Amino acid sequence: MTEVGKARRRKEDARLLTGRTRWTDNLQQPGMLHVAFLRSPMAHARITGVDVSAARELPGVVAVFAGQDVAGEQGSLPCAWPVSDDIVIPEHPPMAVTEVRYTGEIVACVVATDRFKAADALEAIEVDYEPLPPVIDLETALSPDSPKVHETGNQAFSVKITSGDLDAAFRDAPVVIDRTYVQQRLIGAAMEPRAVLVSTDGDTFTMWTSTQIPHVLRVMLAMVTGVPEHQLRVIAPDVGGGFGTKLQVTAEEVLCLLLCRKLGKPVKWAESRTEGNLAVHQGRGQLQHIRLAADSDGRIRGLQVDLLADMGAYLMLVTPGVPMLGATMFNGIYKMDAYEFACKGVFTTKMPTDAYRGAGRPEATFAIERIMDELAAELRLDPIEVRRRNWIKHEEFPYTTIAGLTYDSGNYEAATDKALQLFGYDKLRAEQADRRDRGDPVQLGIGVSTFTEMCGLAPSRMLGEANYGAGGWEHASVRMLPTGKVEVVTGTSPHGQGHVTSWSQIAADALGVPFEDVTVVHGDTAISHKGMDTYGSRSLVVGGVAVLQACEKVREKARKLAAHLLECSPDDLDFADGAFKVKGTDSQTTIQELALAAFAAHNLPEGAEARLDSDATFDPVNYSFPHGTHLTAVEVDTETGHVKIRSYVAVDDVGKVVNPLIVEGQVHGGIAQGIGQALYEEAVYDAEGNLLTATLADYLLPSAADLPDFVTDRTETPATSNPLGAKGVGEAGTIASTPAVVNAIVDALRPHGVRDVPMPCTPERVWRALEGGRA
Amino acid sequence: MIPASFDYVRPGSLAEACQELAADEDAKVIAGGQSLLPLLRLRLAYPTKLVDVARLPELAGVHDRGDHVFIGAMTTHDEVMRSGVVAAGAPLLALATAMVADPAVRHRGTFGGSLAHADPAGDLPAVVLALEGVLVARSAQGEREIPAADFFVDYLESSLRQGEVLVGVKIPKLGDGWGFHYEKFHRTAQAWAIVGVAAAVRRSNGSIQEARIGLTNMGTTPVRARAAETALEGLELGDGLRQACEEAAADTSPPADLHAQPDYRRHLARVLTHRAVRTAAGAP
Ligand SMILES: Cc1cc2nc3c(=O)[nH]c(=O)nc-3n(C[C@H](O)[C@H](O)[C@H](O)COP(=O)(O)OP(=O)(O)OC[C@H]3O[C@@H](n4cnc5c(N)ncnc54)[C@H](O)[C@@H]3O)c2cc1C
Repeated sequence: MTEVGKARRRKEDARLLTGRTRWTDNLQQPGMLHVAFLRSPMAHARITGVDVSAARELPGVVAVFAGQDVAGEQGSLPCAWPVSDDIVIPEHPPMAVTEVRYTGEIVACVVATDRFKAADALEAIEVDYEPLPPVIDLETALSPDSPKVHETGNQAFSVKITSGDLDAAFRDAPVVIDRTYVQQRLIGAAMEPRAVLVSTDGDTFTMWTSTQIPHVLRVMLAMVTGVPEHQLRVIAPDVGGGFGTKLQVTAEEVLCLLLCRKLGKPVKWAESRTEGNLAVHQGRGQLQHIRLAADSDGRIRGLQVDLLADMGAYLMLVTPGVPMLGATMFNGIYKMDAYEFACKGVFTTKMPTDAYRGAGRPEATFAIERIMDELAAELRLDPIEVRRRNWIKHEEFPYTTIAGLTYDSGNYEAATDKALQLFGYDKLRAEQADRRDRGDPVQLGIGVSTFTEMCGLAPSRMLGEANYGAGGWEHASVRMLPTGKVEVVTGTSPHGQGHVTSWSQIAADALGVPFEDVTVVHGDTAISHKGMDTYGSRSLVVGGVAVLQACEKVREKARKLAAHLLECSPDDLDFADGAFKVKGTDSQTTIQELALAAFAAHNLPEGAEARLDSDATFDPVNYSFPHGTHLTAVEVDTETGHVKIRSYVAVDDVGKVVNPLIVEGQVHGGIAQGIGQALYEEAVYDAEGNLLTATLADYLLPSAADLPDFVTDRTETPATSNPLGAKGVGEAGTIASTPAVVNAIVDALRPHGVRDVPMPCTPERVWRALEGGRA
Repeated sequence: MIPASFDYVRPGSLAEACQELAADEDAKVIAGGQSLLPLLRLRLAYPTKLVDVARLPELAGVHDRGDHVFIGAMTTHDEVMRSGVVAAGAPLLALATAMVADPAVRHRGTFGGSLAHADPAGDLPAVVLALEGVLVARSAQGEREIPAADFFVDYLESSLRQGEVLVGVKIPKLGDGWGFHYEKFHRTAQAWAIVGVAAAVRRSNGSIQEARIGLTNMGTTPVRARAAETALEGLELGDGLRQACEEAAADTSPPADLHAQPDYRRHLARVLTHRAVRTAAGAP
């Protein structure tokens, strides 16, 4: 059996599980100092004075700086995605100088000999604030008399995309459904809170940081701080989860680099969970107005999307790009005649938003999958049937959607049929009817979501067209070591995804070496010199392909060497199981022997270099489009509003699978995270702009005890846009599960007059929706 | 988050602990630290000294004392859950303790700490109130006994005086015919109660002779649902129960927070009391 497709246990786990880890906060440097940041308790205020003199006198304190002290050198945090011509990208000082615009914004910092003294000294800093009015609500933020977050006003940008004749689609449409959905703000709660360590030898700076993007970060830090790129090395050591929150150039990273440069000493900062809840960029944050026009048989005529996207106080690395990643996704898997997407980015006095697992696509999928259920209800059709009537049929691929994307492959019928069967759909519908008839206080609801997503970010050309600041290629280099072992260097930067294992499987097959003989190196710009890092379900689809292509180049070099040594033509060689064999003879040589021969270099072909290594940069021609059908049954206690997920079936089509165990893990985690949005999670700000969910006692995350056993299965329709046929699985579960769960809750309660419950669907909200339905 | 600095002592005897506390009015007892450490880390409390009582022998263990069960203050939640003496003499406590937090917290957090902390959202204060436990406190001045009804004074405030250590709690054994249930309503398995109902019900001849109901998180202290208790007295099991439990939220002033507004908490108290009483009474 080939390695690709095997459910290999992860090479990473033994080390991680036994604690032999290199989290940034575990790392020490001689003479290391510790940084603590003072954060604004006000959502919006003018800074009229900062007195750090008392803090400077405290024992162990080495330095204290306020924004004013670094104003000339701290630069502005970057936004790499100016999505429109009218975009306003305000200055974003890493440390606030004259004004704070969200609670948690850094206003001063302490450097001390240990972290306890640093924390104590924060309390000795006095900051005078002159309060300014907070801007919280998205709609009122855009009214002309609203207080302003920035002088230029509260609109960051405005875009509109139209396709087809929307007026015609809505004119005389037998059914028009009009809904408003709120995507609450979410906090990405990675297992490892952020940490940064920077040291210098006088010339060069080395930064260890809990990041998803060491390569992008290095480029950006060089641009922001003026530290020359070649004198800056960024290392992402073990990184414990990211979910988009570590796809960022953070104020803390920039300031730690500046502090190291100013003091000439290593400095470290590590955040607590509470600090992270305040100051890690948040996800989602959209107000969605959705209109759908349909014929009376349920066929969709047109879809109109009008969004307000909450940017928070500043535009960070890809803040404005997040809603745009959904711009071509609200149509989902469905065919229609007309489509319009309009979006305004809105500044508020809250923590900036940015990428969070799925980024833009969960928001879009939620809206379309929720409104499809509303359409079904309106027409008294089964929600699966309405979808069937509208989705792209398998024989219609490749299919260019109304939003302009070309979906290369898929089979929605197959995934849905399989899911229905595993779920026991008909039986559950019968139970639902029975409970309704009996007036059972516990009602059953069934929710579906048939989703697709655009991932495998991304063709560089398309990113250019979308105004993104960089490309979407990925790089890998592969070297045969003299003893026949293999070193793979990847530009992806895993932080829980298991690339070491999956890349080993790809290389093992391509080079015919044992899985155990492959090592994968990543996450250090001095070792992996080129990369675009890990996000957007891109690593396998782009980076894995680069690994494959680099391996193939190595193999072809090895073939030439083998032909030379065996004195035949390269075409006369068959390659199998790591050996080149002269066709029709017993004469052969293994790739390990060739590795040693290349190292010794005693007898190489004319003009050949003494190396058996190669590299490849892969730039995909299209996005990839994983899809799937998720079904869930929930029990809703109509007396208390409590929701219990009884069963959950996920059939995903992620194309060709390299490691089914890792795929299943990604799906499980994704579903849990999506359920988190549906039922539990919300970053809540009060009217003054204080974050009320700074601890995990207030910001509730689901645990295994709250979730059912997930039943997962797959269909496999290979992607046609890359040689692996893979589509990406990092975000699928998160995208699919949120609407499935909310659809199920509404399905349970529809006879009680309920047609929506805002997320998270807390027991209280479910109960109030029921009270409203009774009224 | 890092606490401000403090001194730490671990006295070898209860008497020594009392002296430490008497000598410094800003000293504080630390038991399992599961409630105190979060407060310190958020810098919501600044004790000068922590007096660690977790290993004091006088505060350890569960003892069957005939008419009551004595539970040493430093008995961890996990030990309470697994104690045969508790299971036999105070089963309601075992039921409720199993609903506290998660295994990690239950192995460190203590019974006495939960009561001394006097958090109305904690599960155990309402149980001890319903079971009419008696709390035993010791200071340099000597020992005194405080009935549960007088112990919980306000939000995070007990009637323990500065310098007093909670030694343990006497839980009177209830005789035959009693049934118990703790109904905890929360959003995730590890979360605190939005509302909790501790019910002890004595049944004979198919009707309820006596009911004791303690409510979690329905005010600044745990409270007894006296009106419901009265309404339930003498009732036969059946439809009348729900009616009687409508009184469960009478005279409560539940808090408003992220998880629930007061009207919803009142509603929950009624529904959950009905469920708890039904289960405790063994009704179908
Ligand atoms: C994540 C998490 C979830 C939790 N969930 C729940 C839950 O669902 N339900 C629940 O009921 N509880 C919950 N708790 C709280 C838990 O039960 C704690 O163990 C308990 O509240 C305090 O016990 P402790 O031994 O840790 O006390 P500590 O934290 O050490 O002390 C708490 C307070 O009591 C005082 N104190 C402690 N012991 C004595 C004594 N012998 N004499 C005098 N004063 C004393 C201390 O000075 C302090 O003021 C949770 C805690 C955590 C961390």
